[in-house]
Amino acid sequence: MIEFENVSITYDGADAPVLSHATVSIPEGELVLVVGRTGSGKTTFLRAINGLVPHFTGGTLSGRVTIDGRDTATHPPRELADLVGIVPQDPMSGFVTDTVEDEMAYGMECLGIEPEVMRRRVEETLDLLGLAELRNRALLSLSGGQRQRVAIGAVLTSHPKVLVLDEPTSALDPGAAEEVLAALQRLVHDLGITVVLAEHRLERVVQYADRMIVIPGAGEPLVFGTPADVMRLAPIAPPVVELGRLAGWSPLPLSVRDARRAAGPLRDLLIGRTPPLRVVDGAQSREELAATENLVVRYGTFTALRGVTTTVRRGEIIALMGRNGAGKSTLLSSLVGLRSTATGAVSTSGHDPRTLKPRELVHSVGLVPQDPGDLLEATSVADECRAADRDADAEAGTTRALLALLAPDVHDGTHPRDLSEGQRLLLALAVVLAARPPLLLLDEPTRGLDYPTKSRLVTILSDLADAGHGVVLATHDVELAAEVATRVMVIADGEIVADGPTSEVLISSPMFAPQVAKVLAPGPWLTVTDVASALDGEAV
Amino acid sequence: MSDQRFALGAAAIPRWLHPGAWWAWALGLAAAASRTTNPLLLILIVCCAAIVVSARKPDAPWARSFAFFLRLGVVIIVVRVLAQILFGASLGTTVILDAPGISLPDWFAGVRLGGEITLESLLFALFDGMRLATIIACVGAANSLASPSRLLKSVPAALYEVGVSVVVALTFAPQLVSDISRVRTARRLRGRTTHGVRAIAGSTVPVFEGALERSVLLAAAMDSRGYGRTAGITPSARKLASAFLLSGLVAACIGTYAMVAAGSPAVLGLPLLAAGILVSILGITMAARRSVRTRYRPDPWWLAEWLVATAGLCAAAVFVWAAWSHLIGIDTPTDPAQWPLLPLAPVLSLAIACTPAITAPRLPKSLRPVHAREKAAIA
Repeated sequence: MIEFENVSITYDGADAPVLSHATVSIPEGELVLVVGRTGSGKTTFLRAINGLVPHFTGGTLSGRVTIDGRDTATHPPRELADLVGIVPQDPMSGFVTDTVEDEMAYGMECLGIEPEVMRRRVEETLDLLGLAELRNRALLSLSGGQRQRVAIGAVLTSHPKVLVLDEPTSALDPGAAEEVLAALQRLVHDLGITVVLAEHRLERVVQYADRMIVIPGAGEPLVFGTPADVMRLAPIAPPVVELGRLAGWSPLPLSVRDARRAAGPLRDLLIGRTPPLRVVDGAQSREELAATENLVVRYGTFTALRGVTTTVRRGEIIALMGRNGAGKSTLLSSLVGLRSTATGAVSTSGHDPRTLKPRELVHSVGLVPQDPGDLLEATSVADECRAADRDADAEAGTTRALLALLAPDVHDGTHPRDLSEGQRLLLALAVVLAARPPLLLLDEPTRGLDYPTKSRLVTILSDLADAGHGVVLATHDVELAAEVATRVMVIADGEIVADGPTSEVLISSPMFAPQVAKVLAPGPWLTVTDVASALDGEAV
Repeated sequence: MSDQRFALGAAAIPRWLHPGAWWAWALGLAAAASRTTNPLLLILIVCCAAIVVSARKPDAPWARSFAFFLRLGVVIIVVRVLAQILFGASLGTTVILDAPGISLPDWFAGVRLGGEITLESLLFALFDGMRLATIIACVGAANSLASPSRLLKSVPAALYEVGVSVVVALTFAPQLVSDISRVRTARRLRGRTTHGVRAIAGSTVPVFEGALERSVLLAAAMDSRGYGRTAGITPSARKLASAFLLSGLVAACIGTYAMVAAGSPAVLGLPLLAAGILVSILGITMAARRSVRTRYRPDPWWLAEWLVATAGLCAAAVFVWAAWSHLIGIDTPTDPAQWPLLPLAPVLSLAIACTPAITAPRLPKSLRPVHAREKAAIA
């Protein structure tokens, strides 16, 4: 169905090709998972499938890409629209119309499909993806998972043979991600559509994949094989695979279900052992860094937070979880005084952040927003660091030194836009930390981060907490929360519904339990590291 | 089940009326308003528009624009009267206030600053302002009754590209607003001031960068979904079609202006309009052939649409006839000032113009405004 023959792609002005001598043949009706570090060329690979690279982006493509016999050299994206449906990373960026039903019909209108056929296909697709109730809704009013499903539906109505998705679950909470993946699986099983998707969160998708393509980047050859083969050798793996490696299970389990079947002996072995305790140093933990009391935030008629009362102490790392739109970001922005309409009390380091001038605020609380690029506006990393020193009234060179510690591989002359997702996050973190705020807030820090960068972030956050910072991170990433948090707070519908030590909250929740907890339930285990240290080298 | 094509009002299945029908109705009312200076008739026209809007207005953001247009009308009346007081030539002899004024030299004929204010000139300005305000209110009525995106969907295929740009612009506006607030947030998080000239200067570049980036992404998405597939028509044929369309539209505009504006040469009016429309249609059909596009669920044009459009056009026809035959009461003489009369035929035609409040089908339930009583019932 999809043939890459010796394909090399070089963008204009770049010295090295993004992809070199790639040869892959994807058969019909497979779900193919594309993985690789950020900046390794995953998106380029995906966009080459429907000819957006190089027709739209420029650059040179050598070799041949053919889709169902059509060569992308002679067929621009619009001439492949009936064959390849592509869903961009941010579905909102690809919407042309304003309501769900119109968006579903848009592609078919462009292809000139008969009105009766269009009507039938829209109805079928609405049902297939469970969108029937949303048909008249404005796209702007949808949640993240709904938008992702509408974006998939909007390309499906053209009946493409190939569906290409760029990180379809990266912005979604675990529940919404399940919804989207279930819909994709149905397409592959029932309709024989070939699905190619890129994803960093292997733990979510690897069990559904028929094949995997690893793009190592830096011009190295692609690896193409079944997930079991690829996972045996891959340096990065979801927790369930790592647990399998630790326990020496063969074949390696890819899903929680497989792992549970093999885990009997391990569970028995772990009875009587306890995971290492995550305690916050007693003397420090008494100091309160921030508190809210009965915090209510309304947007028009919508109430985002209904009476939230909580505290953040020194040395704590709090994972703030909950579905999209539950009020996580609102709580974070209230803590930096951005919601001036809020009623109830907020204090950070003893002041109400709403009354603080920006210059004073940065010394008591720092927030890294969902898109860290928002914070960056200079044209080079060095300029950005200098500006941050000025903003924070810090000694010259403070930010640069921090950045060298967080991300040693970032060069002074690079434009912040050209940094990888992870590097941009660490630069923004360095900018925020320059003012030495005792309280650090991060909104969805692992969106789009690969495993190595994520584990780097885990180390950094733990170090910061040890140094006496309080950290609050809003996240959908249960594995990250299991790895780093000392306390988990679950928000639903603007209220705190669970708040307690990580192990208590996560293990008891079916939605937020990490993979290891699911495999070893009812044991109190959260991460592979915990299990490994409890076993202490003992053979399973 | 009766045939839906002939079903009216409450008997019809709830659906959207064709936006073209609402615009035809509203423009008919506006044309009627343009032919009279009788304040009673003008007020009746506004009432008629208000009745229909309150009966058939959907619960959507753009539907609230009628009140805005009414307020705009009041502003127009006030400005018109003030302009008359300050600059207007004095009419009549009934002086209300003798304000000091300057007369400009003869070669600046007719222009005068200040001076005595007469009842006649005030009434003239008031009626004139009311006429303009009524026309504005009619446009406002159409605006709040017909969904702009549905109107764009029913534009002819040749204007499709223009329609798409407008839709994209409409969705971009709210995103731009959210971009601005994001950039302001980021400035605050970095410890910079969020007010004043420097803040605005500092946030312009990121906002425009964001907008540019989004338009590139959108263009890529539209291309991948088949936008711009053509059925193999040569560029010269395409240019010819565009030329026809453009010249036709210009001619139609001039013709319309000549028809509406009193005092233009008669030859410019109707013939030019007709010719313009003809040439445009030619251009549109030529252009339509090159597009492979089809249309999803186009709004039908059934009996209800005919009745709504006719109701408005009927008022227009009666008022145009009345003005042409100098029917007594269609104009209110201001010199000397007289109490306005209420001529029968125009009033009857306005009664007909109110019928869409009954004949237009009701809207699908989720789009009807929820009334206080229903709200209470839900609670």
